Amino acid sequence: MAGDVNEGYALRLKGVTKVFGGIKALDNVDFDVRAGEVHCLAGENGCGKSTLIKIVTGVYRPETADLIELFGEKLEAITPVMARAKGVSVIWQDLALFPNMSVAENIAFDEMVGLRPKGVDHAGMKTRAAAVLARLGVTLDLNAPLESLLIAQRQVVAIARALMNDARLIFMDEPTASLTQSETDRLLDIVRKLSADGVAIVFVSHRLAEVLEIASRVTAVRDGRLVGVYPTKGMTQARLGELMTGHLLEDKVVAASKDSGPIVFQASGLTRPKQFTDIDLTIHAGEVVGLVGLIGAGRTELAHTIMGMTQAASGTMQLQGKPYRPASIRDAIAQGLAYVSEDRLQLGLLQKQSIADNAAIAVLDTLLDGTGLISPAKKDDLITGWVKKLGIKIGKPENAISTLSGGNQQKVVLAKWLATQPKLLILDSPTVGVDVGARAGIFRIVRELADQGLAILLITDEVTEAMFNADRVLHMAQGRIIAAHDPRTTSVAQMEAAIYA
Amino acid sequence: MTSFFEKGRAFFGRETFGLLLLMAAMVLAFSLASPKFLGLANLSSMGFQAPLLGLLTIAMLAPMISGGFNLAVIYTANLSGLTFAWVLLQFGGPEAGMGAILLGTVAALIVGATAGAVMGLVIAYVGAHPILVSLAMMIFLRGLGEFLTKGGDISGFPESIAVLGHGTLLGIPVPMILFGLVALVWHILLRRSRHGFAVYMVGSNIRAAEYSGLNTKRTLVAIYALSGLVCAIAGILMLSRFNSVRVGHGEALLLITVLAIFLGGIDPFGGHGKVAPVILSVLILQVLSSGLNLIGANQHLATAVWGLFLVAVMIVRSERFQESVQSFTVALHHMSKPAGGKS
Repeated sequence: MAGDVNEGYALRLKGVTKVFGGIKALDNVDFDVRAGEVHCLAGENGCGKSTLIKIVTGVYRPETADLIELFGEKLEAITPVMARAKGVSVIWQDLALFPNMSVAENIAFDEMVGLRPKGVDHAGMKTRAAAVLARLGVTLDLNAPLESLLIAQRQVVAIARALMNDARLIFMDEPTASLTQSETDRLLDIVRKLSADGVAIVFVSHRLAEVLEIASRVTAVRDGRLVGVYPTKGMTQARLGELMTGHLLEDKVVAASKDSGPIVFQASGLTRPKQFTDIDLTIHAGEVVGLVGLIGAGRTELAHTIMGMTQAASGTMQLQGKPYRPASIRDAIAQGLAYVSEDRLQLGLLQKQSIADNAAIAVLDTLLDGTGLISPAKKDDLITGWVKKLGIKIGKPENAISTLSGGNQQKVVLAKWLATQPKLLILDSPTVGVDVGARAGIFRIVRELADQGLAILLITDEVTEAMFNADRVLHMAQGRIIAAHDPRTTSVAQMEAAIYA
Repeated sequence: MTSFFEKGRAFFGRETFGLLLLMAAMVLAFSLASPKFLGLANLSSMGFQAPLLGLLTIAMLAPMISGGFNLAVIYTANLSGLTFAWVLLQFGGPEAGMGAILLGTVAALIVGATAGAVMGLVIAYVGAHPILVSLAMMIFLRGLGEFLTKGGDISGFPESIAVLGHGTLLGIPVPMILFGLVALVWHILLRRSRHGFAVYMVGSNIRAAEYSGLNTKRTLVAIYALSGLVCAIAGILMLSRFNSVRVGHGEALLLITVLAIFLGGIDPFGGHGKVAPVILSVLILQVLSSGLNLIGANQHLATAVWGLFLVAVMIVRSERFQESVQSFTVALHHMSKPAGGKS
């Protein structure tokens, strides 16, 4: 490293410590970013990444810091105003944009705030917004309201807004979490372009593959301490995962032939116009069937029909050999199906309610006492049982579910459904927003469940996830299942090529 | 002293304990200001007055926990009372016997529950906003009631009816007993039954509740029907208290029920809230108005004080206020320490 020469650094922090309520969120951490570099900040949820970002943007003041230096200038502390004036910008995962304002207004937002009540220079604003978008090589309708844009386009608007403020150091928090593969590729192109322009980018992402693709160096943080700074050249996903979690997380193919077991679920010729066509699907007891494809391929729509939320126009379904035609999601649950929704925040859990209530919601009937009322003791037993079985880290069961990390929330979702003793479990993108360590934990549970004889349909956007956790991988495109892959005889590269071709 | 507060908080819950303290402070202040405040006459008059507001508040509470609203509580109560009165008049008015009273009660309860269930059906199956649906029902019921009564009073009931509104049992006003029973049932229903559980979940996120297999539509219909049922009980009580039925009786209480609910710490967006603190809020409002009345303040002033009271409660509950109280106590703590310690 460059020693004490501060030329060429956008940011240098040395020995930063930040304490919250007696707990060291950051403990003597060093962090530096070179000008024009794409740098990855890697670590599990709660490791101190966000705290670090908030120190750089002046939201938090560290208790101690041996050195704080922005663009070669030594500072006592960073204030929010100073951070912005010097060109530090953060694009949080929720983007913090204004849905009902236009693209141009969103991009030039800070300019409008600064104006005295003279009025807003709409024409000038549009010209400048267009110039920034041109710099990114993107065309967007400047007059369109932001809410009419795709998430990927909104991301571009957020980046443009940062550039409008002459940002020279941009932090991006999970920028690709809700993007498709091709959208991600386009975003990474933009990041490269910015980097070539001399803008330093700090990338925070759970998706290790793209981290390794885009960044030149990676800083790994674990439990508030610096693990180390590494060049990404020669780094593997497994090694990076190990640095972040402290455990060796080696992906290996676990697939086995499970088609000798009894058939749990079977669909033949299942069709719902404009969503999926002629779906034949068989899942055996103890089998994990992966379902991969691009967003819009019809995977979630198929799951919704299997769960009785929508009705198929033609085709039949069978559950354990008997005709199965659920009239509603309640009907499907009663017949032994369970569905972990891809949208944990809105549909999977009731974020404002307690951990206990979220876990108990699907099995209230089993928790009644002699008088027909819910027995608090039975409810407690249910929660403690599942917390132990799945290794869920919680405070008190009556705390709101939103106090848990993504991984632990998802485990509560699993507990909720496993309590119903399902025959078929559908997992729809079960690891969105779940960090790498917790991800491994969830798939360990999935594998155990399969070994106990549960039939599982795993819908995922990540080929590797299907590859290393499913027994069979089906490829869905434009509403049809077009290929079946055996993880034992296919490589990730082959499967990715087939899907993203 | 601190441990007393902490224990109380842990035992009663934050909301309830705070309200208990508030109530104690007010009772103390009023009893100092007027010796009559703790007298039997005043206590019993409060015991006869509070239950009507209490019942109507309970009728408003459950729809609010489910994320909705019931603007029609007053007119549902009026129409139910009207039904009761009509049955009594059919059986001879003042000469009506026990059988007629029983029949009238059942008819009133059916009318109340039906009015509620209709709202619930529209809200659940049409997806219309509860405020609009209950507003429509409120206007419909008012119009219907005024049409049937031609805007006048209906009276002439058997004397035995008066027991409900004016009698006492073991020295406790009968309306208070009625209110206590309904509150208890409501508490158990919300906190311990499957249906109550579903109400909280629906109020929190109806789609997630649906995805978890709850029957959200049935929950909504049932909760509005039950709300209507409690309105009917309030309507019967009103008939007995005033010895007459008039569409518009109790109109002024509509928004006071909302006041009591917010005072009781119910989440205005649904999903959270308990019965006990709401009951306490009703009692606090009664203490406030009776107390002010006793010390000779104008009745309208009491209403004004209620309003100020809600604003004050919102300020005290705000995060910013709580933070500044906390830093203030920390600062006091530091100041009281001998000098030399780091601050």
